[in-house]
Amino acid sequence: MTPSTFRNMDLDPNLLSTDVEESLRAGVRELLADKSDPATVLSRVEGDPYDRDLWKTLADLGATSLPIPEDLGGQGAGWREAAVVAEELGRSVTPAPFLSSAVLATAALLELDDDNARAALGRIASGESVIVLAVPLSAFTVAIDGPLAGTVRSVADAGIADQFLVPADGALYLVDAAEVAPVVSLDLTRPVADVTFDGTGTRLSGDARSAVDSALRAGAAMLAAEQVGIADWCLATTVAYLKQRYQFGRQVGGFQALKHRLADLWQSIALARATALNAADALTTGQDVAVAVAVAQSLCSTVAVKAAEEAVQLHGGIGMTWEHPTHLFLKRAKADELALGTPGRHRAALAPLVNLPG
Amino acid sequence: MTDIPDRVAALLADHDPATTDRLDFLRARFDAGLAWVHFPEGLGGLGAPRTDQQTVDALLAAAGAPDNDPRRIGIGLGMAAPTILAFGSDELKKRLLRPLWTGEEVWCQLFSEPGAGSDLAALGTRARRDGDGWVVTGQKVWTSSAHTARWAILVTRTDPDVPKHSGMTYFVCDMTDPGVEVRPLRQITGEAEFNEVFLTDVRIPDEHRLGDVGDGWRVAQTTLMNERVAIGGRPMPREGGMVGAVADTWRANPDRRTPESHDRLLKLWVESEALRLAGIRLRQQLAHGSPGPEGSAMKLAFARLAQELSGLEVEISDDGLRYDDWTLRRPDMVDFTGRDAGYRYLRAKGNSIEGGTSEILRNIIAERVLGLPSEPRVDKDVAWKDLPR
Repeated sequence: MTPSTFRNMDLDPNLLSTDVEESLRAGVRELLADKSDPATVLSRVEGDPYDRDLWKTLADLGATSLPIPEDLGGQGAGWREAAVVAEELGRSVTPAPFLSSAVLATAALLELDDDNARAALGRIASGESVIVLAVPLSAFTVAIDGPLAGTVRSVADAGIADQFLVPADGALYLVDAAEVAPVVSLDLTRPVADVTFDGTGTRLSGDARSAVDSALRAGAAMLAAEQVGIADWCLATTVAYLKQRYQFGRQVGGFQALKHRLADLWQSIALARATALNAADALTTGQDVAVAVAVAQSLCSTVAVKAAEEAVQLHGGIGMTWEHPTHLFLKRAKADELALGTPGRHRAALAPLVNLPG
Repeated sequence: MTDIPDRVAALLADHDPATTDRLDFLRARFDAGLAWVHFPEGLGGLGAPRTDQQTVDALLAAAGAPDNDPRRIGIGLGMAAPTILAFGSDELKKRLLRPLWTGEEVWCQLFSEPGAGSDLAALGTRARRDGDGWVVTGQKVWTSSAHTARWAILVTRTDPDVPKHSGMTYFVCDMTDPGVEVRPLRQITGEAEFNEVFLTDVRIPDEHRLGDVGDGWRVAQTTLMNERVAIGGRPMPREGGMVGAVADTWRANPDRRTPESHDRLLKLWVESEALRLAGIRLRQQLAHGSPGPEGSAMKLAFARLAQELSGLEVEISDDGLRYDDWTLRRPDMVDFTGRDAGYRYLRAKGNSIEGGTSEILRNIIAERVLGLPSEPRVDKDVAWKDLPR
């Protein structure tokens, strides 16, 4: 690719939210504000973090099956709409198997031509099953030719999975029973576990390579939206706190050193949001997907971590306490930075795509 | 209400762009109300929605019609014209707007002073009543186009005894007045894009006042608000702007690549693409009539990226120890692409100063977007003449 090809790109992406997307956002945000406010999430994270009733409500709303066709019980919408839900779930660090089941497994299953795969999509859409793609959360590339029997380390949401979708023997398998060994996870709101498969499962027909690759792409794009939600919460919460916190007889938010840091953060989030919207739009149009996803992941990961780190620092002592929810966002943001490839990996992948060899 | 394509067709029928003199065509376009359709009839417009302008421009461009070279006369179009329209007398509008739009008369902006940069309202150029008019003395700085300008928009101090925002008055200034002296202001690049303008007993008729005496700050806000709209930016292809120059240099110089510079380049490439996307989003919001505050984020990011990219480009250039030309040039407008990396590196330093420093921009974002407390205003209730300086 030469630079001149950039000048012939098709139409600009649509980077505005539609009215439908905005009303979806309002509905999901209201539900999460009620059922998954930070204090509630914090109170659950040392036991079972998942709220199954909330997940069922999200499924009933259609929020977990947006890209699934209507004839399979889904909403027949797309990844732009799914990105809205991902952003709102990020804003509330809700422990829910959205990325693992409603994005990664769903995107992979959508690529397969198989009745069992279609039935699985129907169960995801109805909320009957949580189906987790058995890959390490940090996976950037996934080998599909290993044996079905064996252990996959650090699989997100494995603890709430009803079934696993396992890449093995050059195919994807649906697996009912697996041994899930929970581990102590950095991210309290999206715990990982080591999963051991015994070699039994239902082999699904279809191009597993392409299914896994499109799952990773969709996952990376939706993760970018989630990261924008995380960053946005961190900024909004920090700004609100600094308006009500007084030191030296002044609102702390009036000190220029802090105002400038927050202005810079707001600016970074505005740019990150544009890339996340672009990645979701690219998945929808199929145009420029690889570049759009790499750009979004390199930027949004970094911005979410920065926002969470700034939130901890600018909250001062209270931000260092367990009782204040900011640490949940820091842990999620840091784990998300590793998830589906670090920013550095995405930049390395971008280099040949845009003809910038090292 | 008005049939734009018919009007364009009529203009083209009467004035074939292939055979009509450029200036004659532009004047005829103005008189047909197709210059800026949202302006009133008789002043180059039709009182039509601003969005109709795109139709006009596209039809005329397709017919091969000349344009008014808007980049060359940006200050007139973007700042002077909206202010004249809002505050000028009918006579002034009639006299000034047509040659402004056609580019026959270039405009400049006499706002900043050596003692009033970020704090523009502290300006001290004095205008004193003298019979039917005013006499103005003072010094302005960072004035682009002053050496080619026929007219200027000018903000002056008319009452030093009241707090700074209250005592200002806004004028249209004739740059051919013998009291106006324009000197090139040489920059760190060697060239002089800008000027210093010395005003010594410059006479301005009262008819050239825009807005009430003492109301100059409010008038200036109109000008500056329109400047921000104009900064909204043009659509850019991927790798448009500074990042394209750096990427091309990278591709041309494999020997100068290191792992460290590669990762920096990729980070900056990503951020440049993000900035481009944010620009697309902003224009899409504008087209829907609800622009977000992202414009100020874009200027902040643009300045930082231009500086970091051009710094990297010097490092990966063939020979970053050389500079293309220190001669005092007088360019018509900034051209980042026609010069070497060293020039871009030096010129980009101005990006975080001109049009509002990045520091002031951060204050604005923090206060107006995030709602954080304002900076302390110790000068608010102090007469201008008593301010420490």
